[in-house]
Amino acid sequence: MNKINRRSFIKTTTAVAATSTMATFSPFAIGGATKKVVIVGGGIGGVTAAKYIKMLDSKVDVTVIEPNKNYYTCFMSNEVLSGHRSIDSIRFGYDGLKKRGVNIVHDAVNAIDAKGQVVKTAGGKSFAYDRCIVSPGIDFKWDTIGGYDANVAESIPHAYKAGPQTVTLRKQLESMKDGGVFLMCPPPNPFRCPPGPYERASQIASYFKAKKPKSKILILDPKDKFSKFGLFMDGWKRHYGYGTDNSIIKWVKGAEGGKIESVDPKTKTVQGEMDPFKADVINIIPAQKAGKIAFVAGLTNDKGWCPIEGKTFESKKHKNIHVIGDSAVASPMPKSGYAANSQAKVCAAAVVALLNGGKTPHPSYVNTCYSVIAPGDGISVAMVYDYKDGKIVKVKGSGGLTGKYDKKTRAREEQYAHSWFNNITNDIFG
Amino acid sequence: MKTRRIIKLSLVVASMSFAGASFAGGASGAMLGNTCAGCHGTNGNSLGPATPSIAGISKDYFVDTMQAYKKGERPATIMTRIAKGYSDGDIKQMATFFAGIKFKSGAQKADLAAAKRGKKIHKKYCEKCHENGGTSSEDDAGILAGQWKPYLQYTMADFQAGREMPKKMKKKMKALHKKKGDKGLNDLFEFYASRK
Repeated sequence: MNKINRRSFIKTTTAVAATSTMATFSPFAIGGATKKVVIVGGGIGGVTAAKYIKMLDSKVDVTVIEPNKNYYTCFMSNEVLSGHRSIDSIRFGYDGLKKRGVNIVHDAVNAIDAKGQVVKTAGGKSFAYDRCIVSPGIDFKWDTIGGYDANVAESIPHAYKAGPQTVTLRKQLESMKDGGVFLMCPPPNPFRCPPGPYERASQIASYFKAKKPKSKILILDPKDKFSKFGLFMDGWKRHYGYGTDNSIIKWVKGAEGGKIESVDPKTKTVQGEMDPFKADVINIIPAQKAGKIAFVAGLTNDKGWCPIEGKTFESKKHKNIHVIGDSAVASPMPKSGYAANSQAKVCAAAVVALLNGGKTPHPSYVNTCYSVIAPGDGISVAMVYDYKDGKIVKVKGSGGLTGKYDKKTRAREEQYAHSWFNNITNDIFG
Repeated sequence: MKTRRIIKLSLVVASMSFAGASFAGGASGAMLGNTCAGCHGTNGNSLGPATPSIAGISKDYFVDTMQAYKKGERPATIMTRIAKGYSDGDIKQMATFFAGIKFKSGAQKADLAAAKRGKKIHKKYCEKCHENGGTSSEDDAGILAGQWKPYLQYTMADFQAGREMPKKMKKKMKALHKKKGDKGLNDLFEFYASRK
């Protein structure tokens, strides 16, 4: 029994003791006529799952538990940072789900009793379930960067969970003097939205190019390569003078001093392995792990992510609990919004089949991810996935990256990127 | 025209028996079709501004289009990459799924004066195949009325750049462009965009 298992075992036993008294108060716990699904987390995965369960079987009683009243999408939040889009345009609520008959509870889940099949909240409520879907997104490994924590992140934002920190970072960029330095520190693998930090650099470079042309972007990266690497490098050369003395963007890879050790918020200095770097605006995106509740509920492996069965997304740690989205180990699928949306539909179909005593259907999954390098220059990566021999696999020959630069194609990809945003957000929240 | 349709219809009826069930071990049409929603909208009705709606199009048109993407015969940004992920059986399943859903017009602005001119152009050059003002998907015509304008523009630009099109269409297009020019094409797009 490892550390996590022992802790979750203790949690489970105390939770079981507590539920035996709780059950008598819950009107839904008696009888088995209505099947109940409790969804932990109102992000991309959780909301999509709730909607598609209702679409497949409206009789299932679905409850989504999420502390926040609104959800800000991480995707397209980089366009808020560049000023191309408002924060309101990436804010979504839960009225769409309510209209479909989904119960929305604004509370924080602080325990899941896997044996008793009950979810418990900070507000003291208990929710019994037949199937539980956990979609908590990511959490940060705060202890990996000296001097950086949740409090410091209020002034030196990660802005990697969109919302107030996106606004903070935008304000800091707006008030920065022309000629200032914006320093970004992307995380090590694996992390949410692999092209995200590099689209962010691109978007902010487009803002600097138009409004603050003397300003610079310094990226201190622990990695030596990243998603859509060739396309970003090519785009940065085309739009931002990358590789020249006048380049807006400078990228330092891990092997050449990109790894950072600590940050001093007072002097706005980041300590690298060799040198200190001072900047006007700093954006640190720390290393990541599954959302907190995944740990509390004993759903994580020793790497801090949740192993699942790819056909149903049922946890390999606890029965009747499914994990989808960034927290799940669904490789070769990336941790992306589209992947979470796609996984949620597969999970929803499996859950409905299991609740009704049927056979779980053969899954199909897709990831499609757009990045906008500059106005009129969109790029994408896509992949189709199948389920074979108990594993999620890439369909051979499918997917891949945008081809060589062609002005007409890139302009279309930007339009399709914005269409993607409209359609996926409506597919989730609408 | 009419006889062609009768032949097509009987073929559709003949293939209906395969439509409902999924192929042995494969995913169902709904399972496959739901993966498209992130770009093409829930159930294939897109909110735009550019990605086309794919709900309500005929099975044959869907299959032909996906096969053309798969083989790289039709130009695309991303669809040539995505279509390669599906077997012929998968594509048929998806075709049945989307053919069974009602097409919804995109809510978009249109220049009504141009649309009025476009209506006449449509009648003269396009109506014979794109029937009922471009709303019909019969005879494997693409649904034009209510389709997103940027998509119509991209598609037309591709045709003009050499994308293969049916012989009759090529003839009509040539005549249209000769007589009405780019403005005539634009009027046509406005007409389709104005259709609710």
